Amino acid sequence: MSKTYFEILRPGINTTIQDTGRNHLYHIGITISGAMDQRNYKFANNIVNNKLNEGAIEFAYQGPLLKLRNGNINFGITGDIFFNIIRNNSQIEEGKCYQNYNLHDGEQIDIISSKKSVYGYLSVSGGFELKETWKSYSVNTKAQIGPNNGKKYCINEKIFIKKSKIENVKNNQIDYKDSFNNIVRVIKGTNFDYFSNQAQNIFFKEKYTVSQLVDRMGMRLDGPNLDNIVNTNIKSEGLVRGVIQIPADGKPIILLSDHGTIGGYPKIGIVISADLDKVAQLAPGNKLEFKEVKLEEAEKLFKEYTVETNKYLNEYN
Amino acid sequence: MIKNISNLGDSAVYCDFGTEVNETVNSNVINYFNHLTDFIKKGKIIGINNLTPSYNKLIVSFDLSLTNFIKLKKIIENLNIYNNIEKKNQKIEIPVCCDGEYGLDFDRLNQKLNLSKKEILKLYFNKEYFCYMTGFIAGMPFLGNVNEKIRCNRLETPRVKVPEGSVGITEQFANIYTFESPGGWNIIGNTPRKIFNKSNLQDPALIKPGDKVTFFQISKEEYFKFNE
Repeated sequence: MSKTYFEILRPGINTTIQDTGRNHLYHIGITISGAMDQRNYKFANNIVNNKLNEGAIEFAYQGPLLKLRNGNINFGITGDIFFNIIRNNSQIEEGKCYQNYNLHDGEQIDIISSKKSVYGYLSVSGGFELKETWKSYSVNTKAQIGPNNGKKYCINEKIFIKKSKIENVKNNQIDYKDSFNNIVRVIKGTNFDYFSNQAQNIFFKEKYTVSQLVDRMGMRLDGPNLDNIVNTNIKSEGLVRGVIQIPADGKPIILLSDHGTIGGYPKIGIVISADLDKVAQLAPGNKLEFKEVKLEEAEKLFKEYTVETNKYLNEYN
Repeated sequence: MIKNISNLGDSAVYCDFGTEVNETVNSNVINYFNHLTDFIKKGKIIGINNLTPSYNKLIVSFDLSLTNFIKLKKIIENLNIYNNIEKKNQKIEIPVCCDGEYGLDFDRLNQKLNLSKKEILKLYFNKEYFCYMTGFIAGMPFLGNVNEKIRCNRLETPRVKVPEGSVGITEQFANIYTFESPGGWNIIGNTPRKIFNKSNLQDPALIKPGDKVTFFQISKEEYFKFNE
């Protein structure tokens, strides 16, 4: 029996498989990867009744055009995404995020673009047919690890889908809208005192703009230079997602899912866990402001973030 | 042995072993790393996602929904550390071509160090290096110590793309870019040898902490023939 799959008629700009990420390999330089916006990734699995850690398609800016072959499926898309479903009678149906749809053999999903944010997620009920590498489905394009030989999808490639019975999938919908708020909360970094008093004030007062240099590894910001009065290098040491580094040119870099595991630029701050999804969704030109919070508050905010995420998840489970 | 433990954001513990960078300090770091790895494998600690040993630091990152900084700090402070490092040190030889387009930063180095390319390379190749840590990108080794006369800061603005195989120096250290990647090291050459092999699932990184590494210079012709 032939397998059900998506034929990629247009790959989109940065289309990969992602999940919750790949752990326990930092010490040999393999980073965590994983969905840039973990909440929307989970929601995508939730609306098609998948396990929350099933591999999903992540896309950025312009998404893929996918044609379904050899079967019927149920799918859902999350994010702030403009997409159409092209039905077999050539009728074009405008798609809504955060709800699931049936798709029949020969029909197409055209993910035209993200609107205000960057990343979106597509899950299919039952999941894609994927092999784990070091216990994760996430593609790491730098180290070329994960599904599709660790590469972005290209035109004419196939994405295989596990067999599932779409009659069993009920209609799901999540009443969620990303709240775009440009305040990014941070905990002071281990090298905060490397910066002049003036630079410390600027960091928490002035607005920064997301530059064109942004990808899954990190985000370089434009804005006032931050004056380092101690040393613009530190001995290279471990990094985590959310670290804000200041290289010698004085412009902040926020590290994201595919960040290097070790680095030698001073750390002025670290984005709190509750704000990582939001930061990843900022597009070039967007403005942001940093606000200091203490550890205890960051932990409390993460609990609130988790409770809020679960509230939506629980609605339909 | 840990001088100070602090938090790196809300999901990581930052263990500082002091400002000195030498093989003794680094062995302490690796010792803690080995102990914690063992504890995780035996299920004695929950919630740790990753351990990153470096010259003089150990970063323990964790899942904030399973544990927190205070709990892990206590565990790390109370670890019963005994000396059990078994070091299977390899000796590894790495060929490097420094011709033309491979040695990207000789102009900068000539200026900063006041030495010719030939002088820099002589000091670079005439040395056995020690691997302090592996990381930044998959399999990248951090090697020391570079001769004092050729120590130089990293680039003021990092390159957006450093080619795969690039051999770089910064301050007392040398490294090899196992993949094309952004980076700020001074690039003096390029190796044709594969330093990271993802299809080797058990042991993908060629050079690991504690290994000894020497470099030898090859011509462009030898470079292209290397993988034939």
